[in-house]
Amino acid sequence: MLKVRARSGAGPVGPVPLLRVGGAGTWMERQARSLFLMPAVAMLVALSIFPLCVSLYLSLTRLQFVPGGFRLPFVGLANYRKLIFGIERVHFLGVLAALSPLFWLLFAVVATGLLVFVIRSLRAPESGARGLAGRVFFAAVAGLLVWLLLRALTPGGRPGSLFVTLIYVIVGIAVQYWLGLALAFLASQDLAGRRFFRVVFLLPMMITPVGIAYTFRILFDLGKGPFAPLWQALGLAEVSWVNFPWGARAAVMIGDIWQWTPFMFIVLLAALESLPAELLEAAQVDGASRWQMFWKVMWPQILPVSSTVILIRLIEAFKIIDLPNVLTNGGPGTATESLTLHAFMAWRTLDIGGSAAVAYMLMFLVTFSATAYISFVHRRVAEAA
Amino acid sequence: MRRSLGIFLALLIAAALLPVLPVTAAPGQFAGVTVNVLTFTGPQIAEPLQRRGPAFGRLTGAKINVVTVPFSDLYQKILTDMATGTNSFHVFVFAPQWMADYVTPGYLEDLTPRVNADTALQWNDIGTFFRDFSATYGGRIYTIPLDGDFQMVYYRTDVLQRQGLQPPRTWEDYLRIAAATHKKDLNGDGRADFGSCIAKKRNAQSYWMVWSVAGNFLQAKGTSEGSFFDVDSMKPLVNNDAFAEALRIYVETGKYGPPDELNWDVGDSRGGFTSGRCALTLDWGDIGTLAIDPKTSKVKNKVGAVIIPGTRRVLDRKTGKLVACSSSTCPHAVGGINHSPFAAFGGWSGGINKAAPAKVKEAAYAFLSYMSQPAQANADVTIGITGFNPYRVSQFRNTALWVKAGMSQAAARNYLGAIEASLRSPNMVLDLRIPQNQRYEQVVLDTAIAKLLAKEINIQQAMKEIFDGWEAITNELGRDKQLAAYRATLGVKR
Repeated sequence: MLKVRARSGAGPVGPVPLLRVGGAGTWMERQARSLFLMPAVAMLVALSIFPLCVSLYLSLTRLQFVPGGFRLPFVGLANYRKLIFGIERVHFLGVLAALSPLFWLLFAVVATGLLVFVIRSLRAPESGARGLAGRVFFAAVAGLLVWLLLRALTPGGRPGSLFVTLIYVIVGIAVQYWLGLALAFLASQDLAGRRFFRVVFLLPMMITPVGIAYTFRILFDLGKGPFAPLWQALGLAEVSWVNFPWGARAAVMIGDIWQWTPFMFIVLLAALESLPAELLEAAQVDGASRWQMFWKVMWPQILPVSSTVILIRLIEAFKIIDLPNVLTNGGPGTATESLTLHAFMAWRTLDIGGSAAVAYMLMFLVTFSATAYISFVHRRVAEAA
Repeated sequence: MRRSLGIFLALLIAAALLPVLPVTAAPGQFAGVTVNVLTFTGPQIAEPLQRRGPAFGRLTGAKINVVTVPFSDLYQKILTDMATGTNSFHVFVFAPQWMADYVTPGYLEDLTPRVNADTALQWNDIGTFFRDFSATYGGRIYTIPLDGDFQMVYYRTDVLQRQGLQPPRTWEDYLRIAAATHKKDLNGDGRADFGSCIAKKRNAQSYWMVWSVAGNFLQAKGTSEGSFFDVDSMKPLVNNDAFAEALRIYVETGKYGPPDELNWDVGDSRGGFTSGRCALTLDWGDIGTLAIDPKTSKVKNKVGAVIIPGTRRVLDRKTGKLVACSSSTCPHAVGGINHSPFAAFGGWSGGINKAAPAKVKEAAYAFLSYMSQPAQANADVTIGITGFNPYRVSQFRNTALWVKAGMSQAAARNYLGAIEASLRSPNMVLDLRIPQNQRYEQVVLDTAIAKLLAKEINIQQAMKEIFDGWEAITNELGRDKQLAAYRATLGVKR
C-alpha cells in the first residue's frame, strides 16, 4: 500500500513518508503471510483435497452411460456394501472359512495381547480419554483384521485383495528390512570389493518396476526361461508356479523384495556409517564380540532410522500394483491382486464407483496402519533414542 | 478396330478396378482426410487394417491411422471416447455384441442408406447370420462385417489316425482323446506334448471357451431358447447341474494341457497347436489358416476341424437337472447328441463414430466397404495373421481360394464344412448382445472362471458368484429392460 500525502501551505518541508509504518505495516505483514502461503494451500487443495473429495463422492455413485454422455447417480454406501457384504466380498475379503483349532489358538493369543494393551492404557492415567479411545479403536480394528485374516488363511479359506496386500506388506517389509540390514552391515565392514557391491546392491532400485516384473516373469517360466535346462534336469519343467496361488504370490513378493531391499540397504548403511567411532571403540575396548557389538551397540543406535525407513516403506508398500499386474495379471484367478490392482481392474471395467470405494478402503488401511505404527512404535523408539 | 479394342480394354480394366473401390469413393476424393481407426492390439485384425490402409490411401487420398489397445481395454476405450465427447477416433473395429451399448445412446452412425447404395460391397454375399447379428441392431445397419466367428474343435488328423481314434463328437470324447494323446511326443522333437490346449488366461478369451462347452448342456431346443438366461424371468442359467457339468469338463481339460495353460491366451494356444504341441484345441476359424502358414506351421494338412462337440444329456429347465437326450428334450440332436455351436463374439466388425466430420465419415465408410469387398476380403480370410475368418457366401463356395492359399482340397472342404455346419445349425448359441453384456461376460463370468481354474473357489462357489453377479447387474439395469433386449436378440432372423 503506497500512500503519498498531499501537503499544502508553508509548513516545514521535510522528507515525505511514502509508507505508513505503524498500523499499515502490521496489516501488510499479516497479508503477506497469507499471500505467501496461498500458492502452497491452493496447490494442496487442487492436487490433494479436491481429488480426495471428488473420489469420495465417486465412491458413493455409480457411473451410467446415457444418450449424449454419462451421469453419476448417488447410490449411498452401495459400493462399500458390495465390497464387504455383496458380490465383491470374495474378491475383497476372500473366502472366510471357520477357524481350525490351531487358528483359534492363534486368535486367542492375539486377542489376549490386544486386551492387555487396552487394560494397560486404563491403568495409565497420563494417556487421557482421547488416548484410551484411540487404543480401544486400534484394538478393535486390529482384532477384526486379525480375525478375518485368520479365517482367510485357515484351511478352506483364501485371502482376498485386502489380505493379499497385507501379506505383501508384512512379509515384504520384514524380509526387506533384515536383508537390507545384513547387506548394509556387510558393506560397512572393511571387506574387499565393498564399493563395487554397494553399487551393485543399489541397481534394482534404479530399474522400472515393469522391467523388473518382465524379468521375473521370464525367470519364473520354468519351461522357457533361462533356467529351463535346470528345471528340466530336475523334472520341474512341466510345473508352473502360476497354477498355484501361493507360488504366484511368492513370486510377486520375491520381485518386490529384490526391488526394494536396496532402499533399506542404502538408508541403513548410511545410519551404520554415521555411528560415532568412539562408541564402537569403547565397546571393543570393553571386549565386546562382533555379535554383541552389532546387537547391543549398533542396532539400538540405528533403531530410529530403522523405524523411519520402515514407516516410509510401509506407506509405499500398500500401493503395490506394477509387479502383480505385469508378472501375473493378478492371477491365477485373483490370487495375486493387491488393493491397488483391484481398484485398477474395477476402474478399467468402468466400475468407477467400485474402484473409488476400494481406493478409499486402501486409504483407511494405510492411514490406520501408519498412524498405529507412529503411535505405538515409531514415537516410542524415537523417545527412547 | 484397334480403337474399339482400346475402348474395350479400357472398359475391361475399369470393370476390373470397380470392385476395389466403393461406389461412394473416387480416386483422390478423400485427399487430406485422416481417418483414425481404433481396434485391439494385433497382430490379428490390426494387421489387415494397417496393411490395406496405405493401399486405400493411394486409391482415394485418405490417410488411415490405425491405433490399437489391449483387447481388455477396447470396449471401455470406445465407449468413453464417444460418451465423453472426446471423439478422437472415427472408426471402431470391435465385437458386434457390444453394439447395444454404442447404438442405444446414439453414438454410432446409421450405415443403412450407405450400405443400400453400395453395390461394390455385395451386401447379400455376406452370410445372413453376420448381416443380422454382427451388423444390424433394431432393424438398422450400424457395422460392416469384416470377419465371421464360430468356435470349433481342431484336432491333429495324423495323431488321431496313429492312435486309432475318431474326432470328438461329445465332450466326453474330447476328454478321452486328450487323455490318450497327453504326454506323447506329437511333433517329433523328443519332448512330451499336450492332449488339449485351450486359452484360459484371465482378461482374454477364456469366457467364450467355457461357453462353448456349456452351451451344449444349456440349450437344446433351438436358438430362440437361449443359453444365458431364462427367457421368461431373466434368471441366469448358471446355477444348475448342467452348468456344473460343463464347468467340470472345462476344468478337467486342464489335466491334459500345458502346465501354464492358465496364462495362455489364443495367441499361445494357436502357437502351441500349429507348432505341433497339442492334439486338440478349441478356437475360432483362425487355426485353419494359421496351420497352412509355411513360416510357422508344422502341421500343414494335418489338421481337422469339427463342429463343437455335443452332449447326450441336457438341462431340464424345470428341475435344474440333467436329462438324457430324446426327441422331445433334444429335437435337433444328431445321433442322440445335442450340438449347440457357439457363435462366440460374432466376428470383428467396423462401425463409424456419428460425431465424426461428414467428410471423414464418408472416407471411413469407403474404407470399411473397401476392406469388406470380396476383392480384399476373399484374400484376407485365407491369411492366418489377419484373424479374419470366412463370412461371405462366396468364401464358402469357392474352395479354389483356399487351395490357392495352401490348403489341400480335402482340408479346405473339412475346414469350411465345420464352419458351415455351425452356421446352418438351428440350435446355434448366440452370444450375449444385451446392454452391458461386457460386464456380464468379461467381468463377472471371466473373473469367476479364472478363480475356479486357479482353484481359489470350487464349482458351486463359481456358479453362485456368476449367478449373484449377473443378477446384480440385471437388477441394477432393470430386469424388464434387459429381458426385452435378450428376447429381441434371440428373435434375430437367420
